[in-house]
Amino acid sequence: MSTLETQGLGKVYGDFVALAPTDLKVEKGEFLTLLGPSGSGKTTLLSLIAGLAEADSGRILMNDRDVTHAAPYQRDIGMMFQNYALFPHMTIAENIAFPLKMRGTPAAEIKRLVQEALDMVRLPHIADRFPKELSGGQQQRVALARCTIYRPSVILMDEPLGALDKKLRDQMQFEILRIHKEIGGTIVYVTHDQEEAMTMSDRICLMNGGRIAQLGSPADLYFRPQSLFVADFLGEANLLEGRLVSGADGEGVVRLGDASEIRVTLPRPLDHGAAVKVMLRPQNIRLEDTPGEGLNARLRSWSVTGASTKFFLDAPALGSEPLIATRATAMSHDAPEPGRDYRLSFDPRDAVAIPADEAA
Amino acid sequence: MTAIPAPAATRRPMSRRSRQLLMAAPMVLLLVTFLIYPSAQLFLLSFQKGGGFSLENYQRLLGTPVYLTVMMLTLKISVVTTIFAVIAGYPVAYLISILPKAKKGRILFWILLSFWTSFLVRAFAWIILLGRNGVVNKLLQTLGISDAPIALMYNFSAVVIGMVHALLPLAVLTMLSVMENIDRNLTRAASTLGAKPGMAFWKIYFPLSFPGVTSGALMVFVTAIGFFIFPALLGGRRETMITQIIIEQIIQTMNWGFASAVAVLLLVVVLLVFVLYDRAVGLSTMTGESSARKGRPGRKGIFSRIGDAILTGLGHASDAIIGLFPRRRAREGAPRPLVGFVTVLLAVMTLPVLLMIPLSFAESGLNWPPQGFTLKWYQQIFNSPIWMSALTRSLVVGFSTAVLALLIGTPVAFLMVRGRMRGKTALLAFTLMPVVMPNMILSVGLFYLYAKIGLVGTNLGLIIGHTVIAVPYVVLTVMSVLRNYDTRLDLAAQSLGATPIRTLRLVTLPIIGAGMISAFLFAFTISFDELTIALFTSGGMSATLPKQLWDEVSLSISPLLAAVSTCLFLFVTVLIVAVGLLNRRQK
Repeated sequence: MSTLETQGLGKVYGDFVALAPTDLKVEKGEFLTLLGPSGSGKTTLLSLIAGLAEADSGRILMNDRDVTHAAPYQRDIGMMFQNYALFPHMTIAENIAFPLKMRGTPAAEIKRLVQEALDMVRLPHIADRFPKELSGGQQQRVALARCTIYRPSVILMDEPLGALDKKLRDQMQFEILRIHKEIGGTIVYVTHDQEEAMTMSDRICLMNGGRIAQLGSPADLYFRPQSLFVADFLGEANLLEGRLVSGADGEGVVRLGDASEIRVTLPRPLDHGAAVKVMLRPQNIRLEDTPGEGLNARLRSWSVTGASTKFFLDAPALGSEPLIATRATAMSHDAPEPGRDYRLSFDPRDAVAIPADEAA
Repeated sequence: MTAIPAPAATRRPMSRRSRQLLMAAPMVLLLVTFLIYPSAQLFLLSFQKGGGFSLENYQRLLGTPVYLTVMMLTLKISVVTTIFAVIAGYPVAYLISILPKAKKGRILFWILLSFWTSFLVRAFAWIILLGRNGVVNKLLQTLGISDAPIALMYNFSAVVIGMVHALLPLAVLTMLSVMENIDRNLTRAASTLGAKPGMAFWKIYFPLSFPGVTSGALMVFVTAIGFFIFPALLGGRRETMITQIIIEQIIQTMNWGFASAVAVLLLVVVLLVFVLYDRAVGLSTMTGESSARKGRPGRKGIFSRIGDAILTGLGHASDAIIGLFPRRRAREGAPRPLVGFVTVLLAVMTLPVLLMIPLSFAESGLNWPPQGFTLKWYQQIFNSPIWMSALTRSLVVGFSTAVLALLIGTPVAFLMVRGRMRGKTALLAFTLMPVVMPNMILSVGLFYLYAKIGLVGTNLGLIIGHTVIAVPYVVLTVMSVLRNYDTRLDLAAQSLGATPIRTLRLVTLPIIGAGMISAFLFAFTISFDELTIALFTSGGMSATLPKQLWDEVSLSISPLLAAVSTCLFLFVTVLIVAVGLLNRRQK
């Protein structure tokens, strides 16, 4: 049974289609991330689920109950807002107790649960303080405690870590995952940060232009993108133009611009002769020092970007865009001279053919 | 390549302290000479009789029942006015605060229009409206509620209606400044956490907007207590307020000592209200920034727990009432009953003045409905040397006041926003003194001073007095403009070789220009509408437009005055529209 389901759910603002009719199922206990660039519809979808915006078409089911037109307070959801939305005139304890009070929980029970929640987010001694007196990270934890204390069936999070600096972000990602495990709730999480999405999610729902571009596990989306948009959005990708020569059982051969042929993976069947782009992640390209059979390329320039060193290469087979390959940075490597030739090799499993004509 | 020489460093710049002193000096000098000194003079006068120290004035004031009655009535009228203005204004401010920008501006326009239309014009409009043959009486008869004209005027409710109408915009604008800063996500968050709309409003929104309610109430009360136009024009013989006593004592009996004692009493009451306010809520809430209580950990007091219980009760009650009606599907817009209420209220706020316009063109006098069409009243105005000289004087005084107030106020605003110095709060409090102090006290003080130095009846006297009143508004307006200005632009200009003065001329001023013009127009309007100072220090052929209007209204009500009021109203409308357009172009 899915905890949350949308059927043909859509939203239009005037002429602008914020969300095309969308079907989505979220399983109980799942951590699902809505990922996408700004204007892709992820926040619209979240607002519709929360009941903060009214759907123009379709239905929303929660635990098989139709809540499409229910008010937020009738939905059994919890929501974490980007700016935390802690009530400034209430103490931390009052903030966390608020949802329980709204549900008529007895005072003694509230007291116990609030302390428990504060312990859970590791802030046991701040019950009587006001939100203004807390740091951003602490406010974050309080917001987390407040929207989980009543164990709602779905917890919605709208870019909750957007305002934090990198280090605190990493810490809070871990914290949210820990609490997710502890309480076992279902989480729908919105972010535009692909790294965050990959780290945290059971499944990612990548959105673009008001539609779902691809829905699957982080590995699925990363290694088996079904469209150019997905390949490009998640991580860096080289896209080599070519035509499919032959293919069956998820494997195939693609002829590149200079008539050289490479072996590739086919995530879904394609017609022979179809125009494709072959996605190759920079870290999956090996640079062999001795030129020879197969793909050859000449070094244009290189730069150290931290843990990895980026090589920008020109290859006649690949058009004018430089090909990017990375290597782990190490002192032991010689600084290569630009103009040097390499032979490129890769595992066919890392070369994924994607239809080229598909709208991004 | 030609090297462009760096601008030569000409002379040593002034030290920071002396520059700051120079920037604040004109305003400090102005307020000390023409606000503090005259008020202190009044204070001393109140303790004099026949040239020596005496408590006789106070003995008379406190020993005569009629003055205490007037004081009590003044308080009663002010309190009732405040309650109505705040309760009626709250939904308006709330609606404006939740509307999207475009719609917000439309409602705000009507509020500002009322706000800047002079009290005198609005009081006059009510005289016409509530008169024996006025719109209200005609309407009641048409509807069959009454069959003969009933006396709607010259009583307590007429005064309160007029004053609530006059001060509602002030209440709205003050509350709005707080509500604009309330995060809309908070009520949404409450909703996702399980609060129904009524509960979310009373437990979250209302407590956060409460500082706005209290500061709105304070502003309305302090203004109301110094009113004399409405009780004088709309009230009966019983409805006399305290400032009327002052006018009477000055104009009819020239009893300076007693008038001063009354003025001191008025000031004491106002200061007392401020002190009580500060004790109860804290004056810091006036700035509209912090709405959260200062952190004081530990248990909450009994009062806040009672308050909390009351709010919870209100929340349950509201939700029960809301639950009686079918839920609307589209919950994205503003609630329809709210929009309806505000629309009606805005109509009531604007209509009295608008209804006056057709009467100014009517041949049938001030009786409703207007009949015939004539321009004779307007012709009479333009052919009357008295009205034309009053108009000229008002324009000259207004323009000079605006220039002077801008010259004096702008440096202070720069100092407040940009300057690094101690005592900023004190300086701001000092700047705002003319707003806090009832105009009547300032006016009487200035009259006494001017009488000695020969400024009575002069334009200069009026200009100085009006500048004292207008300067705080200029400072506040320019401050808000400067706060939105990116100072890095100045640094960029200076890094490119511009001196501070040239930076100001070439970069800063062109960008904040529209805001400066707004400030100028505000100052102009304040002077153009000002009656209290003009009441004493101008007269006869040296009257300003409001003073002339006041004199005539006090004598008789004629359609000519409707024509004058219409002109004044249209003039203010043009100014408001101009300011609106300026601000829009700037964005």
